[in-house]
Amino acid sequence: MKKHEITMKVNGEVRSVIVEPNDVLLDVLREKLGIKSPKIGCERGDCGACTILLNGRTVRSCLVLAIEADGCEIVTVEGLGETLTPLQQAFLDNNAFQCGFCAPGMILTATELLQKNPTPDDDEIKEGISGNLCRCTGYQPIVDAIRTVSRSGKSGGRGKSGRSGRPHE
Amino acid sequence: MNKMHYVGQNEVRIDGLEKITGAARYVDDLEFGPNLLHAEIVASPYAHALITSIDTSEAEKVPGVVKVLTGKDFPYKFGLYMKDRYIFAQDRVRFAGEQVAAVIARSPKIAKQAAQKVKVTYEELTPVLDVDNALKPTAKLIHPELGAYPRVPWFFPKERTNIAHWRKTRKGDAEAAMREADVVLEDVYVVPRYAHCAIEPHVIVGLYDLAGRLTLWSASQSPFTQRNVFAETLASLGLSHKDIRVVTPYIGGGFGGKAGVSMEILGAALATAVRGSPVKVRWTREQEFCNTYQRQGLTAKLKMGVKRDGTIVALEHTLHFDAGAYVEYGANVVNAAGLSATGPYRVPNVKIDSLCIYTNLPPGGPYRGFGYSEFHFGLESHIDRLAEMIGMDPVAFRRHNAIREGDTLPYGAEMNPGNLVEAIDRVAADIGWGKKETPSRPGVSTGKGFSLFWKSPAMPPNAASSAFLKFNEDGSVNLMVSGMEIGQGFLTVMAQIAAEELALPVSKIRVETPDTDRNAYEWQTVGSHVTWGCGNAVRAAAREAREKMFDVVHRAYGFDPADLYLENEHVKSRAKPDFTLAYRDFVISGIQTPHGNFLGGPVLGSGMFMPEFTSATGDPETSQGGHPNVHYTVGAAAASVEVDRATGKVRVLKTSLAVDVGKAINPDLVNGQVVGGMVQGLATVLYEDMKFDERGKLLNPNFTDYKIPTARDIPDVVSPIIIETPQPDGPFGARGVGEHTMIPSAPIIANAVNDAVGVRIKSMPLTAEKIALEIAGTYADPHFTTGGRCKMPTEN
Repeated sequence: MKKHEITMKVNGEVRSVIVEPNDVLLDVLREKLGIKSPKIGCERGDCGACTILLNGRTVRSCLVLAIEADGCEIVTVEGLGETLTPLQQAFLDNNAFQCGFCAPGMILTATELLQKNPTPDDDEIKEGISGNLCRCTGYQPIVDAIRTVSRSGKSGGRGKSGRSGRPHE
Repeated sequence: MNKMHYVGQNEVRIDGLEKITGAARYVDDLEFGPNLLHAEIVASPYAHALITSIDTSEAEKVPGVVKVLTGKDFPYKFGLYMKDRYIFAQDRVRFAGEQVAAVIARSPKIAKQAAQKVKVTYEELTPVLDVDNALKPTAKLIHPELGAYPRVPWFFPKERTNIAHWRKTRKGDAEAAMREADVVLEDVYVVPRYAHCAIEPHVIVGLYDLAGRLTLWSASQSPFTQRNVFAETLASLGLSHKDIRVVTPYIGGGFGGKAGVSMEILGAALATAVRGSPVKVRWTREQEFCNTYQRQGLTAKLKMGVKRDGTIVALEHTLHFDAGAYVEYGANVVNAAGLSATGPYRVPNVKIDSLCIYTNLPPGGPYRGFGYSEFHFGLESHIDRLAEMIGMDPVAFRRHNAIREGDTLPYGAEMNPGNLVEAIDRVAADIGWGKKETPSRPGVSTGKGFSLFWKSPAMPPNAASSAFLKFNEDGSVNLMVSGMEIGQGFLTVMAQIAAEELALPVSKIRVETPDTDRNAYEWQTVGSHVTWGCGNAVRAAAREAREKMFDVVHRAYGFDPADLYLENEHVKSRAKPDFTLAYRDFVISGIQTPHGNFLGGPVLGSGMFMPEFTSATGDPETSQGGHPNVHYTVGAAAASVEVDRATGKVRVLKTSLAVDVGKAINPDLVNGQVVGGMVQGLATVLYEDMKFDERGKLLNPNFTDYKIPTARDIPDVVSPIIIETPQPDGPFGARGVGEHTMIPSAPIIANAVNDAVGVRIKSMPLTAEKIALEIAGTYADPHFTTGGRCKMPTEN
């Protein structure tokens, strides 16, 4: 099969890679570029574990061919920065993950949600993350975490506000 | 007990940073270099067939194919509790999806292409697809050699039938007591199969190196159990346990699906065929549905007799579990249910028959709740109906019959501590029991449903735990255990227990996922028992380390060890208040004496825990004698729902769940189990359902057709209530909680729907369609020959 060289900006760094036309972006990120946070969960766009930001929009990288991403900018959780974003901190404070497998995709989806709508209500949060499956948490702590950041604005959101909302019985 | 600093606190999860930054590594994320091989499995399209030939020649010709293997390469049986399956099918296949051959190639694409060129010819047999057919005297035997299979001594298969195990529990005289009852209700409840749906599919990488060492990187809840099964199964290679190493990084969800050994046997076996090269077997989502473990289906016949005053006098509970093609693990699910199918009630006269029945559906096995989730649906629906028949409030009825500490269990042992009555009262208050909610709009009806629950770990009587810990130069600690972090927060809880004993902040303790070479033994992370079992081992290890610290301080300074104590990372003495010695000043380098020499040295601790009071020696005909269960965790739950009378759609407004965990080592993590387990359970009662065609093929092996909850499907409120009646043999009084929170989800909805719209649905799931048709009076439940309408209650 004919090979192609594609060039993408991945987490701020320009990287080139040789791909086959039917190579899936998720596999290229994981196997050829070593970016492991997007996970393989269903390979058909159902679960959202492979979510990445492609030119600022969330996509399921299992449904994108790598050559389609030639010239694009990609951000994964590894590229959100060396210090935690307020949203990541809120995930930590609220135990908004258990096994952690869905967390990278969920965080990117919530990041996009808050960029589009900095003050979502609970229904908007649930709608926004409804394409990302989590089998462990029952979603409530994820919604709590996102709400924490949404209420406190873009620059704040640190602290334990989510936890204090659920008193120790 | 002195005030505790770490146990009982909402410590931040120690795996948190890794998981929210993408640093956490799962098996599929590990790098194995350019020599990594990939295996693709050839699966049976038939549920039941004889294999007449396998031709691998075309597949072997594909460039990039390294090896093609079939059953004849691995004529070895394996299994956890009963060795009833082979690594690859031998002469026959017993479920659609069963592995028949494997292609190992240089890339996944090549392996997949070549697998399609493996030609297998079959002679199709009539599949046995349900328990009723499997039990007919004329039924085709799925395992003609059943009687010869090696098994644990507490399994009782019936040779020349499809019954792989029959657990009988008898207490009192149920038949006679039934005649004394004022009201007797008998009915049947049906629960289908369910899938775990961990978001991470099963994956294993095996490397059998040229020096004879077999290493497996496995997405597993059970590293040591896997090592043992691999060693047993591949015994002909002469591998010693010490030469097999199982490494289990983080796993993306387990729920029982990654317990024991299912597809992982392929990773171990295939590695031995390509010595020197690592080989990866990763399941697709479809394989995840079809060929791991499924939750077993259940048809349960219940007959319960009560007095007019609300006292339960007798229960006959017959459970027919559709256990699938292989029951090497699933038979123990059936066993667990058969010992405890009274639920958490005082029942003086009991007759339980729990049957593990082979069918040609995929293998059944452990799933969060382990038999209890399955039988609570029928039992707790039945309880509601009996309360109604005698004109008693269902909560008052439950409270009247609730089991209490010291009561005699169905098999004769004594009930452990646990405050079920408090759980009932607090849930009733929290849900507003007795208060009818106002419907939010016309066309909907509101209702509330209640359920109790209980569960014990189901484990062999010698399921042991152990722990090592070692101090570092700066006074920090590495703790090495082999319970698995499957999302529940195990690592954090173990750190909290060690922190409490060692007076050291959790942030100074590192606990990592298991590696059987380095970490101490743990049977497996199942049954909600690791906080209890491994927690006891960690506590023992920490205490041993503390004793060593006291000993060296005693020898160096002459203080009486009885006066020494630990506080804020220092050793102190009650007898000499000005003495203080920081851990970092002696835990590696020792304490220097006036002579210049050093006493002590690196401080290590080791601990173990064996539930020495348990045994599985009960009488096969009655289960009396023996002590098969270590303890039960009990609780109560309720739901408040709104049902649309036209569409049948159920909206869950609120659920409330109280559970007596003995001691919440980390209350926020307990709450996480309550919310997550409740939502997982609600999906089983509202919409999840495995659909098979008439030839036994799964029709919905993906998330498009098998719906699991999204964020939009959760109740408005899930209210967790923690009760703490200490477990005397638990670490700081703790007992398990992981599975229990899923168990009452189904009956609280069934009972709430009945309360709201007056229909009693006896087969799960309670889909909107089913409810709407039932309201209209036109539903014909295929599970019931009478058409599915509730039979009139019988009284005598």
